[in-house]
Amino acid sequence: MGLALLVVIWLITLASTYFFVAKTWWLPAGASAATGFIDGQFTLTLVLMGIVFLAAQLSLGYLAWRYREEPSAPPAKYSHGNVKLEVVWTVLTTILFVGLNLMGSRVWASQRFDQAGPGAVQVEVTGMQFAWYFRYPGPDGKYGATSVKLMDPSAGGEAAVGLNTSDPAAKDDVVTGTMFLPVDREVDLSLRAVDVIHSFFIPNLRFKQDAVPGLNIHMHFTPTAIGEYEIACAELCGLGHYKMHGMVHVVSQGDFDKWLAAREAEKQ
Amino acid sequence: MATSVTAHAHAGPQGFIRKYIFSLDHKVIGIQYFFLALTAVWVGMFLSLLMRIHLLWPGVTLPLVGDIKPETYLSLLTMHGTIMVFFVLTTAPQGGFGNYFLPIQIGAPDMAFPVLNMLSFWTTFVAFVVIIAAFFVSGGAPLHGWTGYPPLSALQSAGPGEGLGADLWITSIAIFCLASLMGALNFLTTTLDMRAKGMTMMRMPLTVWSWFITAILGLLAFGVLLSAGILLLMDRNMGTSFYVPLVVVNGQIMGHKGGSPLLWQHLFWFFGHPEVYIAILPGMGVASQILSTFSRKPIFGYKAMVYAMLAIGFFGFMVWGHHMFMSGMSPYSAFAFSLLTMCIGVPSAIKTFNWLGTMYKARIRFQTPMLYAIGFVSLFVSGGLSGPFLAQPVLDIQLHDTYFVVGHFHLIMGVAAIFGMFAATYYWVPKMFGRMMNETWGRIHFFITLAGTYAIFMPMHYLGIAGGTRRYSQYTEVAYLQKLMPLHQFMTYAAIITIAAQFIFVINLFWSIFRGPKASDNPWESTTLEWTTATPPPHDNFGGVTPVVHNGPYEYAVPGAARDFVMQTDPAAGTTH
Repeated sequence: MGLALLVVIWLITLASTYFFVAKTWWLPAGASAATGFIDGQFTLTLVLMGIVFLAAQLSLGYLAWRYREEPSAPPAKYSHGNVKLEVVWTVLTTILFVGLNLMGSRVWASQRFDQAGPGAVQVEVTGMQFAWYFRYPGPDGKYGATSVKLMDPSAGGEAAVGLNTSDPAAKDDVVTGTMFLPVDREVDLSLRAVDVIHSFFIPNLRFKQDAVPGLNIHMHFTPTAIGEYEIACAELCGLGHYKMHGMVHVVSQGDFDKWLAAREAEKQ
Repeated sequence: MATSVTAHAHAGPQGFIRKYIFSLDHKVIGIQYFFLALTAVWVGMFLSLLMRIHLLWPGVTLPLVGDIKPETYLSLLTMHGTIMVFFVLTTAPQGGFGNYFLPIQIGAPDMAFPVLNMLSFWTTFVAFVVIIAAFFVSGGAPLHGWTGYPPLSALQSAGPGEGLGADLWITSIAIFCLASLMGALNFLTTTLDMRAKGMTMMRMPLTVWSWFITAILGLLAFGVLLSAGILLLMDRNMGTSFYVPLVVVNGQIMGHKGGSPLLWQHLFWFFGHPEVYIAILPGMGVASQILSTFSRKPIFGYKAMVYAMLAIGFFGFMVWGHHMFMSGMSPYSAFAFSLLTMCIGVPSAIKTFNWLGTMYKARIRFQTPMLYAIGFVSLFVSGGLSGPFLAQPVLDIQLHDTYFVVGHFHLIMGVAAIFGMFAATYYWVPKMFGRMMNETWGRIHFFITLAGTYAIFMPMHYLGIAGGTRRYSQYTEVAYLQKLMPLHQFMTYAAIITIAAQFIFVINLFWSIFRGPKASDNPWESTTLEWTTATPPPHDNFGGVTPVVHNGPYEYAVPGAARDFVMQTDPAAGTTH
C-alpha cells in the first residue's frame, strides 16, 4: 500500500508538472509593455512554487513507502518534534513568501500607483449587459456629458452610453463597438459600467480591471504589437456574460489617425 | 468544572421523536448534521455534473432540468457553490464531526447548551429547505454566483432568477448564519468550560483545537454576513441603496442612488475569507489526528500546530481584500492585503512540514482513514501552492476570475476539505455506528477519488493561465476560449468517472452501518478519549464516569510503555506532555 501511494502521488505530481514545464497551455502571446514584468514574475513564482510542490509531494510519497509498517520495521521514533527545525523552516518560508511578494509589488506599483502620462490616448470604456462601448473624446480632447436619462442600449452607439448631443464637447465624441488603439502609445482608460459589474479583460495585453457602476476608474497601459486581440468579460454579469465579447485593434499611429478621422467624418 | 458537568447531564429520552428527531444528544445531532451534509453534497455534486455535461454538450436536454439555457447554467453554478460552501463544507466537518466528537474528546457528557444545539441543527435544516425551494419558484434559482455581487444580485430585472429565487437565496444564507452563530457559541463554551479533569488546553487533541478555532472564526464572520445579507434584502425589497448606485438596466433607470457595490464585496469577503478556513481547519485537525495515529508516532510539533492554526485564524481576518484586487479598490490597500496574504502561507507551510515530520521514522499503517489523511496533505500542498500566485495583485491581472482561481479553491477548500471529511468518516464511523467500514472498497474509492480530483482540478490551472474565464455557460463566442475546449473535455470525463466512484463510498457507508463487522471500542488503537468509552458511546458518553486525563493526545511509541500507544486517561504513562 505504501508503494501504491508512492507511485500514484509521484505520477500525479510529475504529470501535473509536465504540463507546466511543457507550456502546452500557456499565457497568451503578450502585446503590451507590462508583459515582460508580469510574465517574469509569473515564471519566477512558478519556478519557486514548483520546487516546493515537487519537494513536498515527492517526499510525501517517499515517506509513505519508506516508513510503512512491516514485521521487520523498527518501532516508530518517539519524538514530539524539533524546535530548531521549526524555526529554520518558518524563517525560510517567511523569506520566500514575503520576498516574492515584495518583488511582485514593485511591478504592481509601477502599473497602478501612477496616472497615465500627458501624451496618452484617451479612451472611455463603458460596459453594459452585454456589450462594450468605446468613446474617443475627439479633437477637443474633452468627453462630452452623458446622462442616464438618455441611455438607450437597444439603439447602440452614442445613445447606448447616453451621450448628451447638445453638449458642445460631445459634438466630436466618437462612440464605437470596436476598440482601436495606436501601437506603442500609452492608453489612458476610463472604465465605467451602467448596470452591473463587468470586467474588462484583454489577455494579450495583460490587462484586467472591473468596471463598476458608480465608479469611473482610470487605468493605463501601452500596447506594443500591432494585431487584433480579444476582449472577454471576466466578471459574472448575467445570462449573456459568456458572449460579452469585443475586439481591440492595435494599429500604427497613422492607421489610427485615419480610422478616427473616418469616424469623425461619418458623424458629420 | 465538575459541578457544571453534573448540571448539564440529562437522562436519555426513550420516545422516537425525542431520541432521533428533536434530540438534545450532541451525538444524534452530529449524525443529523452529517446526513444533512451528505444529502447536500449529492445535490451539489449532481449540479456540478450537469454543468460539466452542459459545457461539452450544450444542446443536450438533461434530466430534471430540461434544456440548459445560459441562465440555467448560471443558476446551477450559483446553487452548486452556495450548497457546497454552506451545507457541506461548513456543515459536515464542524456541525457533524465536531458536534459528535468535541464533547467526547474533552471528556464532557454533552455540549454546554443542548437545546441551543438542537435549535442550531433544525435552523440549518430550515435554511437548506429554503435554498432548495429557490429551484422551484418562478424564475428559478438566482444566477449571480455564490458570491452574489450587487448590483446583479440586488436588482430583480438584472436577469432571470433574480426575483423570488434570489430572495430565497439570501434568506437561506441569513438563516444559516443564525444557526452557525448558535453553533459557534456552543462549541466555544463547551471547549472552555466542560473539559474533564486534567484536559488542559495543551492536552486537547488537534481536532478539538481546530473545531474551537473554527468556532471563533464562525462567531466573528457569520455575524457580518448576516448583516450584509439583511442590507441586500433591503436593497432588493425596500428601496434602500446600500450597494446600488444610480444604474440603468435595459434602458430603465432603477430607483437607487449613492450605494457602493464594493461595500458588499468588503462585507462578503470579510466573511468569505475566514469561511475558507472554517472549511479547511477541521480537515487539518482530522488529518493531524489520523496521521499521528496511523504513523504510530506523536504529532510532530504539537505546539507549533496549535500556534499555526491560531495564526491562520488570526491572519484569516486580515486578508479579505485579496479577493478584490481587480475590483476598483485602492491599489495601495492591495499592497497591504497581498503582504498579509503571503504571511498566511507561513503557518500553512509549518503545518505541512509537521505532517511530513510526523511520517518521518514512523511505522505507518495504511487503513483507509490514513490514505485519506495522506491525500489531504497532498491536496493541501497542491491547492495551497497556487495561493502565492493569486496573492500577488500583479499576477491577478491575468489570473483573477479565470479557472486558475477555480482550480485553486476547489483543491484547497473543496476537495482537501472533503478528503478531511472522508478521512473522518472512515475513522469515526466505527465509533458512531459500532461497525467497521469495508477496507477494500475504501481503498478503491480512495485511489479513484485521488486521481480523479487531480484530473478534474489540475487542468483548471492550465486553463486559467491561458486566460480561460470562469462562469461562462458556453465557450462558443470567444475564439481563444474555443481552443481550450480539449481541457474541458478531459475535465468532464474525469468528473463523470470521479462522481460515479462516489457510489462506492455511499454503498460502503450504508452497507457498513447496517451489515459491517462489529467494531471494538478502539479499533485503530488510538489514544484520545472517544476510544476509551463504549462503541457506540452511551447517552452521557462515558456511562456515568467522568474521565480524568493524564497525558497528551498523541502518545504513541512511548519507550518502556506496555503497548505502542498510551491512552490519554492512562495514569501509568508518566509523560506529562
